[in-house]
Amino acid sequence: MIWLWNIFCAPFAEFMFMRHALAAVFALALGCGPVGTFLVLRRMSLMGDALSHAVLPGVAAGFLLYGFSLSAMTFGGFLAGLGVVAASGLVSRLTPLKEDASMAALYLISLALGVLLVSLRGNSMDLMHVLFGSILAVDAPSLLLVAGVSTLTLLALAVLYRPLVVECFDSGFLRAVGGGGSLAHMLFMALVALNLVGGFRALGTLMAVGLLILPATAARFWAAQVWSQALTATGIALLSGYFGLLASYYWNLPSGPAIVLTAGCCHIISLVFGPRQGIAAQRFLGKKPA
Amino acid sequence: MIAAPRPVSLHGLTLGYGRRTVLRGLCCRFEPGTLTAVVGPNGAGKSTLLRAMAGLLRPREGSVNLNGMDARQVAYLPQQADIDRSFPISVLDMVALGHWPQVGALGGMTAAQWEDARAALAAVGMRAFAARGIGALSAGQFQRVQFARLLLQNAPVILLDEPFTALDAATTEDLLRLVRAWHDEGRTVLAVIHDLDQVRSAFPLCLSFMEQQPVMGPTACVLPARTFHMPTQDHGTAPTESTQANSALAAAPVDALPSDTLREGASA
Repeated sequence: MIWLWNIFCAPFAEFMFMRHALAAVFALALGCGPVGTFLVLRRMSLMGDALSHAVLPGVAAGFLLYGFSLSAMTFGGFLAGLGVVAASGLVSRLTPLKEDASMAALYLISLALGVLLVSLRGNSMDLMHVLFGSILAVDAPSLLLVAGVSTLTLLALAVLYRPLVVECFDSGFLRAVGGGGSLAHMLFMALVALNLVGGFRALGTLMAVGLLILPATAARFWAAQVWSQALTATGIALLSGYFGLLASYYWNLPSGPAIVLTAGCCHIISLVFGPRQGIAAQRFLGKKPA
Repeated sequence: MIAAPRPVSLHGLTLGYGRRTVLRGLCCRFEPGTLTAVVGPNGAGKSTLLRAMAGLLRPREGSVNLNGMDARQVAYLPQQADIDRSFPISVLDMVALGHWPQVGALGGMTAAQWEDARAALAAVGMRAFAARGIGALSAGQFQRVQFARLLLQNAPVILLDEPFTALDAATTEDLLRLVRAWHDEGRTVLAVIHDLDQVRSAFPLCLSFMEQQPVMGPTACVLPARTFHMPTQDHGTAPTESTQANSALAAAPVDALPSDTLREGASA
């Protein structure tokens, strides 16, 4: 039994930075599970991806002005994310360009701008930290930030839950009964930006979106209701965070990609073995449950 | 009980998307308790009109006057394309959305309200499907569920956009019975319908976009049976007399039309 402890618990018992990283990634998972579920249900997975890039110039501007200051980078990232959401909404309303296309255009601009800004002052190591995160960067203030983000996210989702579900499912109906769907949409996008910013310290700006999307796409193969999908996604995100950190510890891998790859494995396993229209379920059981 | 029905009047309503104007200067009035079919070729502005009446599209010019009714007292059934049919939601939950005006974003549903939702499902013959996901429903079953939600909304004004398109005869007959029941209860119902025989047999009033100018009046006058056998020959073949007679765009009282005459007109 002692070897089990040695493999699965000792790294966290021994090292403070591992405990910090684990707490951070668990807090992230709690927020990312439900937010990612809604993102996928709204068919906005790629928008989330675009947004994660859009956060970068804000983070970089904070870095350029104040160095590795958590609050400056976080605030800058959040503002940049909100700016891109608002701008892409505006562009799609004023021009024939669809929202996803304008989002894609904006994220390419932001990514280039962000990389440029970081390399103006930092070296390539700093850039790697911002893009892919690092366990060592998770200190007490970062932990508080991530915990705050996930608390705020869960509280906000509790209030927004019903309008969000209806807005995803039948936005025309919600508008007809005056349910305030576009307000819910804007607040939700702000939550997405917030979670991406919360994740950049542990996972990096490029990887943070992985913990949003992959658990949610995996959960779709296990659960049949919005709330149960969100719960499953949270569980998968928690598992991915834990095993990803272990993998990154033992094999000396960057934590962000390790966690996201673990989530990716969960996604592929779900794709094949998930009871709700997974490949194996469809092929061998021959049923297509609702 | 439904709220006291009031007329809905359109004053010089001009509607469009972007640069395209779909409807220009439409004036008409739907008296409380009337059952009106909206007919016309694709692109004539029928759906656009319904969207504007439901408060989903702001008029370019003119206005939709609900005469004191709340916009939420207008129930609107859009065409099917608008809804994500693969969404993970149960049939009962979807029907329960009809209570949104009372329950809102945060309120809880009472036991009585859940019972209402089940009763509405039973009324469309879908009670056994309450716990299923909507992804498992056929197009006809899904439309029944949508009607159950409309039942729950209990609105004095109901707008239906092509409610019977692509449905089999049995489903259409069942849903048409609901529409007639709404009519009997004194609700104002507008439906976009493509099947002109159906319009003649079930809808006392008709708003037609077949001609250059929209025409509204008793169905037997607006859609004379003989000239509308072939939908492709609609244009220009309508007798000018009856068109002019009804171009005042005032809705005639429904009761003035004995249903016998309508059926005779349809079979002639």
